[in-house]
Amino acid sequence: MAKHKITVTVNGTAHEAEVDARLLLVHLLREDFSMTGTHIGCDTTHCGACTVLLDGEPVKSCTILAVQADGHQVMTVEGLEQGGKLDPIQNGFWQEHGLQCGFCTPGMMLTSYALLKRNKKPSEDEIRQAISGNLCRCTGYVNIVKAVQHAAAAQA
Amino acid sequence: MIPAAFDYHAPGTLTDALALLDQYGDDAKVLAGGQSLLPMLKIRLAQVGHLVDIGRIGGLDYIKEEGGFLKIGATTKEVALERSDLIRAKYPILIDTCDVIADPLVRNRATVGGNLAHGDPANDHPATMLALGATVVARGPKGERTIPIEQFFKGLFTTALAGNEILTEIRIPVPPAKSGGAYVKLERKVGDFATAAVAAQVTLGPKGEVVKVGIGLTAAGPVPIKATEAEKFLTGKMPDGATLAEAGALAGKAARPTADRRGAVDYKSAMARILAIRALHRAVKRAGGQQ
Repeated sequence: MAKHKITVTVNGTAHEAEVDARLLLVHLLREDFSMTGTHIGCDTTHCGACTVLLDGEPVKSCTILAVQADGHQVMTVEGLEQGGKLDPIQNGFWQEHGLQCGFCTPGMMLTSYALLKRNKKPSEDEIRQAISGNLCRCTGYVNIVKAVQHAAAAQA
Repeated sequence: MIPAAFDYHAPGTLTDALALLDQYGDDAKVLAGGQSLLPMLKIRLAQVGHLVDIGRIGGLDYIKEEGGFLKIGATTKEVALERSDLIRAKYPILIDTCDVIADPLVRNRATVGGNLAHGDPANDHPATMLALGATVVARGPKGERTIPIEQFFKGLFTTALAGNEILTEIRIPVPPAKSGGAYVKLERKVGDFATAAVAAQVTLGPKGEVVKVGIGLTAAGPVPIKATEAEKFLTGKMPDGATLAEAGALAGKAARPTADRRGAVDYKSAMARILAIRALHRAVKRAGGQQ
């Protein structure tokens, strides 16, 4: 099985790696690039803990091969904060206590970040639809929805 | 979980992809969005020697009306259907369908072609395509052929596609005036496969009678099922409540579900009947110009 030489731009920086075809994107990020903000939850395409943005769209990185990301742009939770300043979505989760254990939080924030890029003022229903592929087993989602609304208001 | 090792190929053209499939035969599998195939490879329900990724082939990602058909390119993502103004305006049955496929993150990767070519009777597009009377376009070494959707599904995870063919396009006849369709799905939670689901597409005549109807059932047997008895019964009749209930009962009888943790056979058959009635009501309403 031949190794594949790939280049993936993560949070604006091009990274090169030589990978097996079967390597999953989430493992590339965590193990080859040492970015452990992207979590592995269910590992079966259900929970969304491994959500990253691929060319701006939220996707489950446990269900994408690293080779499929070759030449593409990936954004992880590490890319949200800019120059020591939290992104409004991070601030929203902080202010509204949008997390308890924090395991789902990177995925929740990235999905919400992508939603707010597309829809500046989402309704509660639209927020709940958007995060329906991200599971949280702590909060009951109430404060997560508030966190997204907080971020939307801050950017208005 | 990590899939068993395989070789990965990312051809830039359809011709190259077909050559790879011809070369590796049964040891090769086409990868599109990968949202069904990769989970299967990870839990090792499937194993392949060669993955041929068609995601980098240009010109397979489109939604357009042309020559009396709505044409959807094989690698068109579900999210593209959801966001398409044309689909929103004219094909609400497709919006119903893609809205309930897995979850939004999966729909950012999953493709319409993959949803059909995977041959899973629990997938959502097959029933809708049966209701719409779609045609599948396949490209192989000898050229192109078209397969009517009712001849496409051969068995569990088995389709009419040969090992060296690639599904390239889905063609849906542009519905005439006074047509409407709906897809209604019962699922335990977002992202789950259907406990039962029904697609219905109707065209009404000048007096409001049903002149054409297609009904497809999801997760109701080893292959997606076309409820032909219900269709025959309803054709030519006025779609009043009693008639739609009778058609729904016939659709429920066409269901051959198996018992699993989503429910018993009787329950699933009953749900197929109820959902068929609901889908027909909504389709008739939409055919009459209402949402």
